[in-house]
Amino acid sequence: MKNYMNPYLAGFLLGMVLLATIFISGRGLGASGAVKGVVTGTVLAVAPGHAMKNEFYAAAKAHGNPFKDWLMFEMAGVLMGAFISGIMSDRLKFFVERGPRVTSGVRILGAAIGGALFGIGAQFGRGCTSGAALSGMAVLSAGGILTMMAIFGSAYAVAFFLRKLWI
Amino acid sequence: MGPLVPDIITDQMNLVIALLLGIAFGFVLEQAGFSSSRKLTGLFYGTDFTVLRVFFTAGVTAMSGVIILTQMGWLDADLIYINPMFLQSAIVGGAIMGVGFVVGGFCPGTSFCAAAVGRIDGMAFAAGGLLGIFAFGEAFPWVENLYKAGSKGDLLVSTALGISNGQFAGIMIGVAVVAFIFTTRVEKRVNAQSGALQFPVTRHRIAGAVLVVLAVILFFVPDRKARLTAEAASTMNSVRTMAPDELAIHIMDRDPKFQLVDVRDATSFGKTTLPGAINMPASMLIGKESRNSLADSRTEKVFFGRDTAEGIRAAALARLTGSENVAALAGGFEGFMATVVNPRGLDGADADTRVFRARASGEIAAMIRQSSAPKPVKAIRRVQGGCGG
Repeated sequence: MKNYMNPYLAGFLLGMVLLATIFISGRGLGASGAVKGVVTGTVLAVAPGHAMKNEFYAAAKAHGNPFKDWLMFEMAGVLMGAFISGIMSDRLKFFVERGPRVTSGVRILGAAIGGALFGIGAQFGRGCTSGAALSGMAVLSAGGILTMMAIFGSAYAVAFFLRKLWI
Repeated sequence: MGPLVPDIITDQMNLVIALLLGIAFGFVLEQAGFSSSRKLTGLFYGTDFTVLRVFFTAGVTAMSGVIILTQMGWLDADLIYINPMFLQSAIVGGAIMGVGFVVGGFCPGTSFCAAAVGRIDGMAFAAGGLLGIFAFGEAFPWVENLYKAGSKGDLLVSTALGISNGQFAGIMIGVAVVAFIFTTRVEKRVNAQSGALQFPVTRHRIAGAVLVVLAVILFFVPDRKARLTAEAASTMNSVRTMAPDELAIHIMDRDPKFQLVDVRDATSFGKTTLPGAINMPASMLIGKESRNSLADSRTEKVFFGRDTAEGIRAAALARLTGSENVAALAGGFEGFMATVVNPRGLDGADADTRVFRARASGEIAAMIRQSSAPKPVKAIRRVQGGCGG
């Protein structure tokens, strides 16, 4: 396993990727939007009648087929890019990464709950750490920067109480 | 001029670009160590500030880049997606995500990276995300009010604070540099195995100094719109003006190397305008629309507003944003109507002028009637993006 990249260099490269995204496609990078697309696309396909009564799904449909959305292609790229990086740096390995004081079962459960919370929060926040916080900061969006402050403020506020999960 | 969609990059091509940009995004995240939940959560326990370094550096890099590209006139900031602000919803959503971050050890993007390199906790997080969004969707009728409360639209943080974009970026870079120095000291003290102990100190100091210089420059350069408007005001003297009679000749000749530009608002333009005129209010002159419509340097572009000054101001602005061969109509739209189309007070004029105006008024009035529904230049719409749709 090779060392990680210098964080400032990684940040600069990430910033340039984001800048290229804004320059070419006029929008930011995202992650939770792709997960939302999988959910809305599936519900629209499986239960169209139910979905069209609910503005959350109906609005997604009005936007176009969620499975053919820009973010879907971007997220497919993220999986590929991370996989390539994993091969190059010899980090491909199936395992559960957890804090020293928790079992794998607790870690998996925590990850699933955390993912669910992030999914819910990202709807209210109109995006997650990528789409709202990072991309919002790049374009000086007040909403994105407020969401970013709320994410990190809340995380620091609860971190002490959840320390047994990690240290 | 960016954004390159939809005119230079087609919608289909944009999806290929999305895939390529996604590959770069995922690659950099994984290289930075964001596939490791313990590395990510180290941020909250003082053991590893990698997230802060990567995130803040990326944020200020992209933000400075957007501002610089806009300043150079290479990016139309009015067309890029700005995450909308919903005050209460943003705070509630952020607070929930913060808890999710500590409980789950990832955010959605990093969980995908982790899943891609085989971390089972990353896969669980991603699966949890699907369930959470599904739960939100099913509960939408009950949370709708909170979701839509406090809408402030595409509000920029600089606008909200009453400062220029560059000033905000300058402040953010300053905060970032201070945070980098402070957190690295903390990390070295808390974590004996900290990667920060191996940092090349001199190189980091040079990079930090460069950032501070950038911050100062950004802080003191006014935003492009303000800068160009002020510059246009000071170069108004050198704009050539065209007399109404000369314009009348061009109109009656149907001169193909000649373009009238109506800079009044869209409503006035829609009511009546001069034959063949396109509508381009001052706000559009700075953006991509004017690049598309006014680029041909062989065409003479004559700007007119309600009065002389409005046309001159617009012509000066267009010249600054790259249009060549510009002039302004003396007397503006009102003046032209009063002297040529509905001539009054011709008693003092000589015989030739009287004959010419009599002919021009009939012919041009007929042309105006024929083009009763002038077509506005289609304003390019802001890109629709974002994750919250």
